Amino acid sequence: MSMLGIMARADRIFGEKHFQILYETGIRMKTFYENFKKYQFLLTELVKKDIKLKYRNSVLGFLWTLLEPLLTMIVLTIVFGTILQKKTPHFSVYILTGRLLYSYFSTGTKQALKSIRRNGGMIRKVYVPKYMYPLAASLSSYVTFLLSLIVLVIVAAVQGIRPTWYLVGAVVPLATVFLMVTALGFLLATLDVFFRDLEYIWNVTTMLIMYMSAIFYEADSLLDSKYGFLIKYNPLYSVITNFRNTVVYGKPLESFYVWYPLVVSLVVLVVGLAFFYKKQDSFVLYL
Amino acid sequence: MGKNTALRVDNIGVKFRMANERVDNVKDYAIKLLKHELRYHEFWALKDISFRVAKGERLGVLGLNGAGKSTLLKVIAGVLKPTEGTLQRNGRIVPLLELGAGFENQYTGKENVFLYGAMLGYRREFLKEKYDEIVAFSELGDFINVPLKNYSSGMKARLGFSIATIVEPEILILDEVLSVGDAKFRKKSEKKIKDMFDRGITVLFVSHSIGQVRSLCDRAIILEKGHLIAQGDVETVSVLYEEAIK
Repeated sequence: MSMLGIMARADRIFGEKHFQILYETGIRMKTFYENFKKYQFLLTELVKKDIKLKYRNSVLGFLWTLLEPLLTMIVLTIVFGTILQKKTPHFSVYILTGRLLYSYFSTGTKQALKSIRRNGGMIRKVYVPKYMYPLAASLSSYVTFLLSLIVLVIVAAVQGIRPTWYLVGAVVPLATVFLMVTALGFLLATLDVFFRDLEYIWNVTTMLIMYMSAIFYEADSLLDSKYGFLIKYNPLYSVITNFRNTVVYGKPLESFYVWYPLVVSLVVLVVGLAFFYKKQDSFVLYL
Repeated sequence: MGKNTALRVDNIGVKFRMANERVDNVKDYAIKLLKHELRYHEFWALKDISFRVAKGERLGVLGLNGAGKSTLLKVIAGVLKPTEGTLQRNGRIVPLLELGAGFENQYTGKENVFLYGAMLGYRREFLKEKYDEIVAFSELGDFINVPLKNYSSGMKARLGFSIATIVEPEILILDEVLSVGDAKFRKKSEKKIKDMFDRGITVLFVSHSIGQVRSLCDRAIILEKGHLIAQGDVETVSVLYEEAIK
């Protein structure tokens, strides 16, 4: 069938109006892509800036990224391992995996939340696609997070944990957590423009999420209790669990913990992006 | 849009919605919402603005403070989206308004060349190619490797000017208070702008001084309280403006 024939048929199936919408969406996606290509270098520059400035003025520099989770792990292991007599196998690695994922979640969302307002001076003066700012904030925290995984490799080796083939599955929770943080980032960055106290509200919320994520205690016994659902339906707990399964315990991914956080993140992404795009033209009036 | 038009503005209006009291946190918002006290008043910063600028034309935008000049520039620069109306631009716009507004103070001059260049939409290879030229024009010398927080405001402006004008724009937006650096650098930057003028680029010049507009522009518009009250050749319009401000 000729191209014209296909189009005529598509016309009959979709109706002229639908075809028009499809065509316009195509055009819009093409302009979006071209615009993204144009500003791709800006995205790398923004990510680089965040990372460079983070380490510029500290003596230990990059070493801090490794030392900080290591020291927290030691403290938490002593407190919860010794005093509470925890007998979880590889308790220190158990804590470290949870801590690392949680701290990316918390710093990533906090950075993204502030991103639009922090760059307000720029937004008011030069045209730049605004989604670059929350995206760059999430990306730069993610890069730091991936680098901090070095400490996990070292501690796991010291603890005698041998990698299994299931380790490949760790890609799934790692990708999901990035999606989750980016999605929340768009939503929070938009709200933060209009509500200045959101930063404090979110600080408290992330603390609540921390206690719901089973970072320094075992959740198995709690899951069936009255408030167990708080942990079970916390998407971050899903991600942490699957990460531990693949990295620490050499177990396969659990399917519920794969699709549940993914679905939640995708829903938040759609809502967050829609909200961001609806409001982005009025950012400049509130900055 | 015809080939000879650089900028076409059709019925542009910008509406601002201002809360009677500023509500910028969740707590106040919730309280006001419950008490039904969320009231806004609206006003048009610009209304029914239409004009065209032909290629190579130099248009002066006259108006007193609060007439809507900056709002109009923001719309043309793409920073502010108009509430109504359409805007068509033909070619690259460079606003020489607040130079170096996107600079990072902890970055060195060199790093800022790439950061600011990226914000203006230039590519890495291009900036690498032009880097020496930018540094030479800015006359910063070894200071280029020093963090910007140690720069004087004149040095920052020099760097900003050098990056922004590295590509000759099709449309240049100029503010009357463009004084970059010391007397020597000012002369140099004015010459660079004059050279662009001579090569026939399109210019939008914002001012409330008739003298400057007369010497630089060939056409002019007057804004008053968000409305376009006159447009035409610079002589006629400046006579009207003189009468209006009396």
